[in-house]
Amino acid sequence: MSSVAAPGSVGPAGRITRGVRSWLPAILVFGFGLVCWQWLLPDVLGVKSYLLPRLSDVLNALWDSREELKTAAWITFKEAFGGLVLGSTAAIAAALVLARWRPLGNALVPYLIAANAIPVIAFAPITNAWFGTLSPWSKVVIAAALCFFPVLVNTLRGLTSVHPSSIELMHAYAAPEWAIFWKLRIPASLPFLFTALKVAAVLAMIGAVVGDYFGGSTESLGVQIQSAVALSRYELGWAAIIVASLIGMALYGAVALAERFVVRWHPSARSVD
Amino acid sequence: MSVSRSVVSLAGVTKTFAAGGVTALDDINLDVAQGEFISLIGPSGCGKSTLLRVIGDLTQPSAGVALVNGKPAPRARRDRDYGIVFQAAVLYDWRTVAKNIALPLELLKWDKAKRNARIAEMVELVELTGFESHYPWQLSGGMQQRVAIARALSFSPALLLMDEPFGALDEMTRERLNLELLRIWAETGSTVVFVTHSISEAVFLSTRVVVMSPRPGRIAGVVPIDLQQPRGVATREDPRFFELVTEVRELLHSVEGGSPE
Repeated sequence: MSSVAAPGSVGPAGRITRGVRSWLPAILVFGFGLVCWQWLLPDVLGVKSYLLPRLSDVLNALWDSREELKTAAWITFKEAFGGLVLGSTAAIAAALVLARWRPLGNALVPYLIAANAIPVIAFAPITNAWFGTLSPWSKVVIAAALCFFPVLVNTLRGLTSVHPSSIELMHAYAAPEWAIFWKLRIPASLPFLFTALKVAAVLAMIGAVVGDYFGGSTESLGVQIQSAVALSRYELGWAAIIVASLIGMALYGAVALAERFVVRWHPSARSVD
Repeated sequence: MSVSRSVVSLAGVTKTFAAGGVTALDDINLDVAQGEFISLIGPSGCGKSTLLRVIGDLTQPSAGVALVNGKPAPRARRDRDYGIVFQAAVLYDWRTVAKNIALPLELLKWDKAKRNARIAEMVELVELTGFESHYPWQLSGGMQQRVAIARALSFSPALLLMDEPFGALDEMTRERLNLELLRIWAETGSTVVFVTHSISEAVFLSTRVVVMSPRPGRIAGVVPIDLQQPRGVATREDPRFFELVTEVRELLHSVEGGSPE
């Protein structure tokens, strides 16, 4: 009987050393990027501050305007998060319905795939007209619409691309339809769902910020970026962009973390020791 | 003394595939008594897997009747009268070894305590103690197939259907699992219908070998295997083993040579 290799027999100290070594190239690239931003671009290449302000100026603006940026971040985060939750929930529900009633799914899937190609962001001015320019709902809806199609298409693919022999096994044990869904299709679709949710997390933030551009609350992050640039306060604009990026990364990271817990059985979760 | 009851009874089973009008099975008649180990062997395209699927009601015959435990095959399937093992282990990636074994028990609505007790028994039966909480990708092909066997036997079905279960394994693993399967068969007293394309495997395991001919799939002959039970490593060196292997091989060659291609 063949045995399974013992999982990583390296001690904690060894693991940290190995972790540092594998991350070292990425850390070096990050440091090099910061050096370029701070000195190489403005001092050596003479990049003007309205094109790209010096890193230290951006960080100063970030610190000086921290209260406004914190408020703005919270407003836009709520828009993005609301959109992510609303859009993904609706998409998962729709995917379950379309997977359960296949003729309906077969009739609608071509249109859903086509709808996936619609630049949903183009509707931002329209949702402002629908929900009111200053209402957060116009941004939530744009973010939700951006999340909806990728999550729907991927989840539906996950629910329906179950291996035929896995279904046959269920038939052999006379499993009722709900059991085939609950014990087979839904778990099998989870890796697809999380791949889509990671994309959706980023899209939700794009939707919220661009939604702000078309007229959000004056305190929102998108409007902060816009007005800072309009007043030639480029370093503040860049500081707000950094905040927006951090929120996007945090949303993505939260989904990735949830994925590691929920889909820890997936071969992709195996340790790379 | 009670008359030995037929666990599987096939009468005039014919299967025609609509696409191209291919006759996969033509007038198959076969009775499998309780406690028998039957192998279906034949060249590819002889319908041996289709026949197994008819018994399991995973495909329906175009004509004829398939009875399992005296009931029509669809009824027997709904009553969970058989366990099945495919060529691929078909384990669910998100379930541990224990949870994979428990799948039929969950469908039969066994309560948790009863399920856990049975899982422990089955893990011991297929010698996977210590691997209960491993995921399928952490197991070798042979271990995965043991889990599939444990799952098929978990609810003590009267009949075990096996569709080339060891076909994808290396020779060493296959021979070891053959021995284990015989031990499990003896311990559980179940009836087995086993599809294979290995002559020595069929002779080693079976009480009867059913040789099938291709296009259309027919039973060309049935070879009773009178090797002593229990069988072991020495069985493969028994002169009688070689005689029976030769007998099955000649029957197979005659059907292949005789069929106009």
